Amino acid sequence: MRALPYLLRGLLLALLMTFLLVPQTMEPLLRPLAQSNAPVIYNQGSLLSLTVQHLLTVLAATSAATVVAVSLAILVSRPAGAEFLPLSRSLVNIGQTFPPVAVLALAVPVVGFGEKPTLIALFLYGLLPIFESTLTSLTTLPRAVVEAARGTGMTGAQRLLQIELPLALPVILSGIRLSVVISLATATIGSTVAARTLGEVIIAGLQSNNLAFVVQGGLIVGALAVLIYDGLSALERLTVARS
Amino acid sequence: MIEIDGITKIYDGKSVVDDVTLTIEPHTVAVIVGTSGSGKTTLLRMVNRLVEPDAGMIRLDGEDNRTIPGYELRRRIGYAIQGHGLFPHRTVAENIATVPRLIGWDKEKTAAKVRELLTLFQLDADLFGPRYPHELSGGEQQRVGVARALAAEPNVLLMDEPFGALDPIIRAKAQDDLLAIQKHFGTTIILVTHDMNEAFHLADKIAVMDAGRLLQFGPPDELVRQPATGFVEAMVGASERPFRLLSMRRVSDLAEPGSADGSPIAATVTQQDALAELMWTGRSAAPVVSSDGEARGRVTLEALLQRARGPK
Repeated sequence: MRALPYLLRGLLLALLMTFLLVPQTMEPLLRPLAQSNAPVIYNQGSLLSLTVQHLLTVLAATSAATVVAVSLAILVSRPAGAEFLPLSRSLVNIGQTFPPVAVLALAVPVVGFGEKPTLIALFLYGLLPIFESTLTSLTTLPRAVVEAARGTGMTGAQRLLQIELPLALPVILSGIRLSVVISLATATIGSTVAARTLGEVIIAGLQSNNLAFVVQGGLIVGALAVLIYDGLSALERLTVARS
Repeated sequence: MIEIDGITKIYDGKSVVDDVTLTIEPHTVAVIVGTSGSGKTTLLRMVNRLVEPDAGMIRLDGEDNRTIPGYELRRRIGYAIQGHGLFPHRTVAENIATVPRLIGWDKEKTAAKVRELLTLFQLDADLFGPRYPHELSGGEQQRVGVARALAAEPNVLLMDEPFGALDPIIRAKAQDDLLAIQKHFGTTIILVTHDMNEAFHLADKIAVMDAGRLLQFGPPDELVRQPATGFVEAMVGASERPFRLLSMRRVSDLAEPGSADGSPIAATVTQQDALAELMWTGRSAAPVVSSDGEARGRVTLEALLQRARGPK
């Protein structure tokens, strides 16, 4: 019974890869959703290249958000940076509360159409989970451990790199995981400003009233989110087991 | 030698440690006792500058402890705390090797030291070295914590309620181990506790603190016979006084020529244990033998009671 979850994920991955590499195999399944003379499988570009582009966009935005959010959390968890905590928290919160659509609308006049406004929106949207999880984990480390690290004569940098960050890693990873999943879904709206993401498939479906397009775009994004969420969870468990 | 000279620490306008002066002789165990909030932990943490004093000076072997950076000072001073504070993501061997690594010992020297310490603390080096702290019992974790504090062979070891989290039987064992190790390395130890039994068991000298002030600093004997204030007397415990006196000395000090019946008492046990033995078996005297079984005369109830008497 314990093998069942792995089996299901393997199956999902296989289905996804089949769909991306040979989309025509799925035509019979999606056929009922399309109108009689309309195309069933997205035909205005390769699903595989859109998926890769979608993932690259999310990867770039999340990497940038991770670097900024983790650095910021480290800074404000040091005694010297403590006074910046309220300011950083407000900034990161604004990033989260500002709707990505509004960010796109504001960013397009400044940076133009394409990938850039999408990256900005995803970056801002992804900061909060990573910042909060990093800050929480760094400030709730076992007191005796932090005290012992000081007592053995570690410098501030040694404590951070050798003790605090390794111990905080599982919780930081959970923040990144949350951020990645949010970004995977949110990236689709980037296609409204001409970014190449899987949102293109969904938008094309909406414009031509083709339900088959909408469903295949949504399903690919959903499958990606589930698989990546699971992969990162497994990584997290690995780091917990070590600490 | 550790000279604490007019040390004061103020938090929010209130003196937590108030003009404390005391000198701790090398290779001795000084125990600081007091109620919670008495400033004993703060005083201890000013020795390795985890807390910086507001006034006064602490000299280690004549040298002001502010002449080198705090982290370098702390690498030279062992520090063991309640709840051990072992690094959960590092193995026992890596934990013990923390300070040697920081000060750049080579691998062979560090490994040899880790092995020596584990063996000294009666932990199998091959078995325990690769384990993680969460795989150890409370008593084992505590021993590894003290081993880590001793790894770089510090002259001074600071201990903040190191046995507080242990159950009574393991605690007594840990205290005896500490005394053995202190003899082995000749380390000067300052230990903070609120447990008077622990203080009397371990200390060459006891410092009693209350509300940031040092009330008395002297040998256990002196605290019992000449308490400086009512607070010291209360800390010692009026009903405990005769037993405290007996607990400080060995039977061998009271052994006198003569013979007695019944099972013998080892010369190395405390006089308190001897008294208990005599009371329990209803005897007025018992033979004393040394550890190698040689007869050492006898110990009498009368001598024990005489020894336990307070000043007139």
